[in-house]
Amino acid sequence: MNARTRKDLTGYVFIAPWLLGFLTFTAWPFVRSAYLSFTRYDIVRPARWIGAANYRSLITNDDTFRNACWVTVKFASVAVPLGIVAGVSLALLLNANVRGITVYRTVFFLPSIVPTVATTAIFMWILNPKIGLVNGLLEKFGIVGPAWLTDPKWALWSLVMMGLWGVGNSMVIYLAGLKDIPTYLYEAAIVDGAGAWTRLTRVTLPMLTPVIFFNLVMGVIGTFQYFTQAYIMTKGGPEDSTRFYALYLFDRAWRYADMGYASAMAWILFIAIMAVTGLLFKTQKKWVHYGG
Amino acid sequence: MNRLNRLATHTVLLILAVPALMPLLWMLSTSLKADDKVYAGGGGFSIASLIPHPAVWSNYPKALQTVPFDVYLRNTITLCLFTVVGAVFSSAWVAYGFARIDFRGRGALFTLLIATIAMPDQVTRIPVFELFRGLGWYGTYLPLVVPAFAGAPFYIFLLTQFFKTIPDDLAESARLDGAGEFRIFGQIVLPLALPALTTVALFQFLATWNDFLGPLIYINDPRKYTLAYGLQQFMSAYDGQWAQLMAASILFTIPIIILFFFAQRTFIQGIATTGGKN
Repeated sequence: MNARTRKDLTGYVFIAPWLLGFLTFTAWPFVRSAYLSFTRYDIVRPARWIGAANYRSLITNDDTFRNACWVTVKFASVAVPLGIVAGVSLALLLNANVRGITVYRTVFFLPSIVPTVATTAIFMWILNPKIGLVNGLLEKFGIVGPAWLTDPKWALWSLVMMGLWGVGNSMVIYLAGLKDIPTYLYEAAIVDGAGAWTRLTRVTLPMLTPVIFFNLVMGVIGTFQYFTQAYIMTKGGPEDSTRFYALYLFDRAWRYADMGYASAMAWILFIAIMAVTGLLFKTQKKWVHYGG
Repeated sequence: MNRLNRLATHTVLLILAVPALMPLLWMLSTSLKADDKVYAGGGGFSIASLIPHPAVWSNYPKALQTVPFDVYLRNTITLCLFTVVGAVFSSAWVAYGFARIDFRGRGALFTLLIATIAMPDQVTRIPVFELFRGLGWYGTYLPLVVPAFAGAPFYIFLLTQFFKTIPDDLAESARLDGAGEFRIFGQIVLPLALPALTTVALFQFLATWNDFLGPLIYINDPRKYTLAYGLQQFMSAYDGQWAQLMAASILFTIPIIILFFFAQRTFIQGIATTGGKN
């Protein structure tokens, strides 16, 4: 065996676990799910080919599907920008050189490490319309709070609010981004007579755009798959106001064992995520600033 | 920064700290209250109402009785152990191949690996379920554990980048002494990569500890529930028992908070490096 072949062999021995995993848990399921999306299938009986019928009925005649798309898009277009603004602002504040700043950082980071299921428990409790903390506080100011999770007008925004509570995670990423901005840029800006606001808008924010872009992409991908919180807290209700795409997909697959239909939904989701991510990457030339 | 600015910063941060901490304090406070005193409405809320009076410590043992916490804890720790060992070892193993061995097809396969990082699980979930069900693994932990041993694309990517930063001269001299790649991996690269491996271990631990969807899909026997899943079951079964629910939530959260205070740097740097840099 020559050295070249030996090297190849060693390489493949090392990557074998991933390669095998990729073939069994990603590549094959990928192909199979594309096939299943053109069938009627309940796991127990063999899949039956029905052509594009799943896609046709999703697009032309499934109101729940249409609503789920709308809920998801609405949620993403509010929660993601809001999360970015909150995360960046918080990071700017926590980048200040004041006493006790590490304590503040810990305080704002702490909520984001609370496990999701515990977070949902806390919020179901504090958002309880009658005896919860939030409405109890509002009452102090003479405001009658809404029923939050059980009010179709408020349920989705309750989830947005809960998401903001966990903003500490992205705050840490922005903070690291801020630390990476070379100080000479600020020194140069000060020499040029730039005030605090100009430094923020001309140096800090442009230099932070790669990190913002990263969080934007991850945020969109994440909200398109938003599931656990809604599953636990609202089960899609009230009146389908929080029936997210992933929630409806889950119900189709695991509650109704409508696996063909759910596969079609998964493929539409996949294509939508690809399209949106691609679109975002297209815009980045216009506003994302790479390199010093 | 002048004094006025500093004062303003403190003020804003203190005001914002209230919504950040209040839910946690309220959780703690509720967990120590009698069920008929958890009430915050009716003009009954005041700062004083944060302090449970009298403190009902028995909520904790009661919660432990209502939820078989010890069983769930044991299950969760078992799963964490296996997935962490699997993910750390396999990801490092695979990453070594990508970072250090120049085999044919490396570039293309690495691109493929990166492409799978952002792939939504929904697309593959049904056929994967089918596969595990066909193997008779439904209702066991195997579907939750075995994939970890294939290495996770994201961790592999991370570790590959890290391994590339380790200078090659140590490995080179070991090679001259006749050491094979497996020995170099185990005796030189792994020890040097300890910080990166810790990050991976921590993230995988958190992922398994928090995982809800996995048990939801694959576990049907209450004796096999994990903490995350068991807590949710408790929530839907004992509606309105807020004090006990909060006690159980705290017990579920505390290990993570303790872990955070012990491994603060790993947490923060882990998030910062996995999130922000390219």
